[in-house]
Amino acid sequence: MVLDTTGGVAPAITPETEELLRSRIDALAIERLDQIVAERVAAAMKKDPAKNKVAIIASKGTLDMAYPPLILASAAAAMGEEVEIFFTFYGLEMVKKGGIEHLKVAPVANPAMPVPIPNIIGMLPGMTPMATWMMKSQFFAKHNVVPLDQLLQECIDLGVKLTACQMSMDVMGIKREDLIDEVEIGGAATMLTFANEAHVTLFI
Amino acid sequence: MGTTYQVDKSIDARGQMCPMPVLALAKAFRELASGQIAVISATDPGSKADIPAWAEKTGNTLLEMSEENGVFTYYLKKA
Repeated sequence: MVLDTTGGVAPAITPETEELLRSRIDALAIERLDQIVAERVAAAMKKDPAKNKVAIIASKGTLDMAYPPLILASAAAAMGEEVEIFFTFYGLEMVKKGGIEHLKVAPVANPAMPVPIPNIIGMLPGMTPMATWMMKSQFFAKHNVVPLDQLLQECIDLGVKLTACQMSMDVMGIKREDLIDEVEIGGAATMLTFANEAHVTLFI
Repeated sequence: MGTTYQVDKSIDARGQMCPMPVLALAKAFRELASGQIAVISATDPGSKADIPAWAEKTGNTLLEMSEENGVFTYYLKKA
Protein backbone atom coordinates (compact mmCIF):
# COMPACT_ATOMS: atom_id res chain seq x y z
CA MET A 1 0.00 0.00 0.00
CA VAL A 2 1.29 3.40 -0.89
CA LEU A 3 0.32 6.28 1.28
CA ASP A 4 -0.48 9.46 -0.45
CA THR A 5 1.23 12.18 1.58
CA THR A 6 0.48 14.90 -0.84
CA GLY A 7 -3.28 14.66 -0.51
CA GLY A 8 -5.13 17.14 1.59
CA VAL A 9 -6.20 14.58 4.23
CA ALA A 10 -3.69 15.49 6.95
CA PRO A 11 -4.79 18.44 9.10
CA ALA A 12 -2.68 21.55 8.57
CA ILE A 13 -0.26 22.25 11.46
CA THR A 14 -0.83 25.71 12.74
CA PRO A 15 2.05 27.59 14.46
CA GLU A 16 0.16 27.18 17.77
CA THR A 17 -0.04 23.41 17.37
CA GLU A 18 3.63 23.24 16.44
CA GLU A 19 4.59 25.28 19.50
CA LEU A 20 2.49 22.99 21.69
CA LEU A 21 4.07 19.88 20.16
CA ARG A 22 7.59 21.23 20.65
CA SER A 23 7.03 22.12 24.31
CA ARG A 24 5.46 18.70 24.96
CA ILE A 25 8.40 16.92 23.30
CA ASP A 26 10.86 19.04 25.31
CA ALA A 27 9.06 18.19 28.54
CA LEU A 28 9.11 14.46 27.72
CA ALA A 29 12.79 14.62 26.76
CA ILE A 30 13.73 16.35 30.01
CA GLU A 31 11.70 13.84 32.02
CA ARG A 32 13.47 10.94 30.31
CA LEU A 33 16.87 12.60 30.73
CA ASP A 34 16.25 13.04 34.44
CA GLN A 35 15.44 9.33 34.65
CA ILE A 36 18.63 8.37 32.82
CA VAL A 37 20.78 10.66 34.98
CA ALA A 38 19.21 9.30 38.18
CA GLU A 39 19.89 5.72 37.04
CA ARG A 40 23.50 6.53 36.15
CA VAL A 41 24.08 8.29 39.49
CA ALA A 42 22.57 5.36 41.39
CA ALA A 43 24.87 2.96 39.52
CA ALA A 44 27.92 5.16 40.20
CA MET A 45 27.04 5.43 43.88
CA LYS A 46 27.15 1.64 44.10
CA LYS A 47 30.70 1.65 42.81
CA ASP A 48 31.71 4.63 44.96
CA PRO A 49 29.49 5.07 48.02
CA ALA A 50 30.62 8.73 48.32
CA LYS A 51 31.10 8.31 52.01
CA ASN A 52 31.91 11.30 54.13
CA LYS A 53 35.35 10.13 55.07
CA VAL A 54 38.59 12.01 55.58
CA ALA A 55 41.87 10.11 55.74
CA ILE A 56 44.93 11.95 57.01
CA ILE A 57 48.51 10.75 57.34
CA ALA A 58 50.48 12.64 60.01
CA SER A 59 54.18 12.07 59.41
CA LYS A 60 55.89 14.99 61.12
CA GLY A 61 56.92 15.41 64.74
CA THR A 62 57.32 19.16 65.03
CA LEU A 63 55.19 21.79 66.74
CA ASP A 64 54.27 23.54 63.49
CA MET A 65 53.46 20.39 61.53
CA ALA A 66 51.30 18.83 64.25
CA TYR A 67 48.68 21.55 63.86
CA PRO A 68 47.43 20.96 60.30
CA PRO A 69 46.36 17.30 60.75
CA LEU A 70 44.66 18.01 64.08
CA ILE A 71 42.92 21.20 62.94
CA LEU A 72 41.62 19.56 59.78
CA ALA A 73 40.64 16.34 61.54
CA SER A 74 38.69 18.10 64.29
CA ALA A 75 37.00 20.47 61.83
CA ALA A 76 36.05 17.57 59.53
CA ALA A 77 34.64 15.62 62.48
CA ALA A 78 32.66 18.72 63.49
CA MET A 79 31.24 18.78 59.97
CA GLY A 80 29.95 15.26 60.39
CA GLU A 81 32.71 13.43 58.55
CA GLU A 82 34.21 10.15 59.61
CA VAL A 83 37.89 10.89 60.18
CA GLU A 84 40.97 8.78 60.65
CA ILE A 85 44.51 10.00 61.29
CA PHE A 86 47.28 7.55 60.59
CA PHE A 87 50.39 8.42 62.58
CA THR A 88 53.60 7.32 60.93
CA PHE A 89 57.29 7.86 61.71
CA TYR A 90 57.86 11.18 63.48
CA GLY A 91 54.12 11.70 63.55
CA LEU A 92 54.01 9.08 66.32
CA GLU A 93 55.40 11.75 68.66
CA MET A 94 51.93 13.31 68.55
CA VAL A 95 50.31 10.29 70.17
CA LYS A 96 53.01 9.40 72.68
CA LYS A 97 51.86 9.75 76.28
CA GLY A 98 52.60 13.36 77.21
CA GLY A 99 54.44 13.74 73.92
CA ILE A 100 52.39 16.30 72.10
CA GLU A 101 53.05 19.07 74.62
CA HIS A 102 56.78 18.69 74.06
CA LEU A 103 56.91 19.06 70.29
CA LYS A 104 59.36 21.70 69.12
CA VAL A 105 60.01 23.88 66.13
CA ALA A 106 63.58 24.02 64.81
CA PRO A 107 65.06 27.31 63.63
CA VAL A 108 67.72 25.60 61.48
CA ALA A 109 66.88 25.39 57.78
CA ASN A 110 63.62 27.16 58.51
CA PRO A 111 63.68 30.50 56.68
CA ALA A 112 59.97 31.05 57.33
CA MET A 113 60.26 31.58 61.10
CA PRO A 114 58.30 34.74 62.05
CA VAL A 115 61.58 36.14 63.35
CA PRO A 116 64.24 34.77 60.97
CA ILE A 117 67.19 33.17 62.75
CA PRO A 118 70.40 32.65 60.73
CA ASN A 119 71.30 28.95 60.46
CA ILE A 120 74.67 29.46 62.11
CA ILE A 121 72.96 30.85 65.21
CA GLY A 122 70.11 28.35 65.03
CA MET A 123 72.69 25.57 65.32
CA LEU A 124 73.79 26.68 68.80
CA PRO A 125 72.67 24.55 71.76
CA GLY A 126 69.39 25.78 73.23
CA MET A 127 68.21 27.52 70.08
CA THR A 128 65.48 24.97 69.30
CA PRO A 129 63.86 25.27 72.77
CA MET A 130 64.20 29.04 72.48
CA ALA A 131 62.53 29.16 69.06
CA THR A 132 59.78 26.88 70.41
CA TRP A 133 59.25 29.08 73.44
CA MET A 134 59.12 32.14 71.19
CA MET A 135 56.61 30.52 68.87
CA LYS A 136 54.37 29.42 71.73
CA SER A 137 54.51 32.54 73.89
CA GLN A 138 54.92 35.30 71.33
CA PHE A 139 52.75 34.02 68.52
CA PHE A 140 50.40 31.20 69.51
CA ALA A 141 49.46 32.49 72.98
CA LYS A 142 48.98 36.05 71.78
CA HIS A 143 46.58 34.87 69.09
CA ASN A 144 44.78 32.38 71.32
CA VAL A 145 45.85 29.39 69.25
CA VAL A 146 44.61 26.32 71.07
CA PRO A 147 47.41 24.18 72.61
CA LEU A 148 48.10 20.88 70.82
CA ASP A 149 47.09 18.64 73.75
CA GLN A 150 43.70 20.35 73.87
CA LEU A 151 43.29 20.04 70.11
CA LEU A 152 44.13 16.32 70.24
CA GLN A 153 41.54 15.90 73.01
CA GLU A 154 38.97 17.70 70.83
CA CYS A 155 39.70 15.20 68.05
CA ILE A 156 39.18 12.30 70.47
CA ASP A 157 35.95 13.82 71.83
CA LEU A 158 34.60 14.29 68.30
CA GLY A 159 35.28 10.66 67.47
CA VAL A 160 38.35 10.98 65.24
CA LYS A 161 39.94 7.55 64.90
CA LEU A 162 43.64 7.55 65.70
CA THR A 163 45.80 4.81 64.24
CA ALA A 164 49.50 4.31 64.91
CA CYS A 165 51.68 2.72 62.26
CA GLN A 166 52.93 -0.63 63.57
CA MET A 167 56.01 -0.66 61.34
CA SER A 168 57.13 2.81 62.45
CA MET A 169 56.65 1.77 66.08
CA ASP A 170 58.90 -1.26 65.56
CA VAL A 171 61.56 0.74 63.73
CA MET A 172 61.60 3.50 66.34
CA GLY A 173 61.35 1.21 69.34
CA ILE A 174 57.98 2.58 70.47
CA LYS A 175 55.80 0.19 72.47
CA ARG A 176 52.02 0.13 72.75
CA GLU A 177 52.20 1.35 76.33
CA ASP A 178 54.22 4.39 75.23
CA LEU A 179 51.19 5.63 73.28
CA ILE A 180 47.96 7.15 74.55
CA ASP A 181 45.12 4.68 75.16
CA GLU A 182 42.85 6.09 72.42
CA VAL A 183 45.25 4.99 69.68
CA GLU A 184 44.72 1.81 67.72
CA ILE A 185 47.51 0.00 65.94
CA GLY A 186 47.42 -0.70 62.24
CA GLY A 187 49.41 -0.98 59.06
CA ALA A 188 49.38 0.23 55.48
CA ALA A 189 46.43 -1.97 54.57
CA THR A 190 44.37 -0.53 57.45
CA MET A 191 45.05 2.99 56.28
CA LEU A 192 44.41 2.24 52.62
CA THR A 193 41.16 0.38 53.28
CA PHE A 194 39.81 3.46 55.00
CA ALA A 195 41.33 5.89 52.47
CA ASN A 196 39.82 3.92 49.61
CA GLU A 197 36.40 5.25 50.53
CA ALA A 198 37.54 8.70 51.61
CA HIS A 199 36.97 11.67 49.37
CA VAL A 200 39.63 13.67 51.18
CA THR A 201 43.05 12.12 51.68
CA LEU A 202 45.92 14.19 52.98
CA PHE A 203 49.57 13.48 53.59
CA ILE A 204 51.01 15.92 56.09
CA MET B 1 19.42 42.61 62.56
CA GLY B 2 16.00 43.40 63.86
CA THR B 3 14.73 39.83 63.81
CA THR B 4 14.43 38.18 67.17
CA TYR B 5 14.75 34.46 67.48
CA GLN B 6 13.73 32.05 70.18
CA VAL B 7 17.27 30.99 71.09
CA ASP B 8 17.70 27.56 72.67
CA LYS B 9 21.48 27.65 73.08
CA SER B 10 24.04 30.45 73.28
CA ILE B 11 27.70 29.85 72.55
CA ASP B 12 30.44 32.32 73.34
CA ALA B 13 33.46 31.59 71.14
CA ARG B 14 34.91 35.08 71.37
CA GLY B 15 38.72 35.05 71.52
CA GLN B 16 38.90 31.53 70.12
CA MET B 17 40.80 30.79 66.93
CA CYS B 18 40.15 28.34 64.12
CA PRO B 19 38.92 25.63 64.41
CA MET B 20 37.50 26.13 67.91
CA PRO B 21 34.33 28.14 67.05
CA VAL B 22 33.23 25.42 64.62
CA LEU B 23 34.00 22.68 67.15
CA ALA B 24 31.99 24.52 69.82
CA LEU B 25 29.12 24.88 67.39
CA ALA B 26 29.18 21.20 66.41
CA LYS B 27 29.20 20.12 70.05
CA ALA B 28 26.31 22.44 70.93
CA PHE B 29 24.26 21.19 67.97
CA ARG B 30 24.56 17.63 69.23
CA GLU B 31 22.37 18.58 72.17
CA LEU B 32 19.77 20.46 70.14
CA ALA B 33 16.59 18.99 68.71
CA SER B 34 15.45 19.55 65.14
CA GLY B 35 14.15 23.09 64.64
CA GLN B 36 15.93 24.52 67.68
CA ILE B 37 18.07 27.60 67.32
CA ALA B 38 21.56 28.40 68.56
CA VAL B 39 23.43 31.68 68.57
CA ILE B 40 27.21 31.84 68.48
CA SER B 41 29.43 34.87 68.86
CA ALA B 42 33.02 34.77 67.63
CA THR B 43 35.89 37.15 67.00
CA ASP B 44 37.83 34.89 64.63
CA PRO B 45 37.45 36.56 61.20
CA GLY B 46 37.81 33.11 59.62
CA SER B 47 34.44 32.23 61.11
CA LYS B 48 32.81 34.39 58.41
CA ALA B 49 33.68 31.70 55.89
CA ASP B 50 33.83 28.68 58.20
CA ILE B 51 30.44 28.88 59.87
CA PRO B 52 28.45 29.20 56.61
CA ALA B 53 30.56 26.32 55.21
CA TRP B 54 29.83 24.22 58.30
CA ALA B 55 26.11 24.95 57.99
CA GLU B 56 26.09 24.00 54.32
CA LYS B 57 27.98 20.76 54.88
CA THR B 58 25.92 19.66 57.86
CA GLY B 59 22.60 20.69 56.32
CA ASN B 60 21.74 23.10 59.12
CA THR B 61 20.42 26.56 58.34
CA LEU B 62 22.31 29.78 58.87
CA LEU B 63 19.46 32.17 59.63
CA GLU B 64 21.43 35.34 60.06
CA MET B 65 24.94 36.68 60.47
CA SER B 66 26.00 40.11 61.61
CA GLU B 67 29.08 41.98 62.73
CA GLU B 68 29.42 44.58 65.41
CA ASN B 69 32.69 45.97 66.78
CA GLY B 70 34.67 42.98 65.54
CA VAL B 71 32.26 40.44 67.03
CA PHE B 72 30.48 38.18 64.59
CA THR B 73 27.09 36.80 65.57
CA TYR B 74 25.47 33.85 63.84
CA TYR B 75 21.99 32.43 64.31
CA LEU B 76 21.64 28.82 63.20
CA LYS B 77 18.74 26.41 63.11
CA LYS B 78 19.14 22.68 63.45
CA ALA B 79 17.82 20.69 60.51
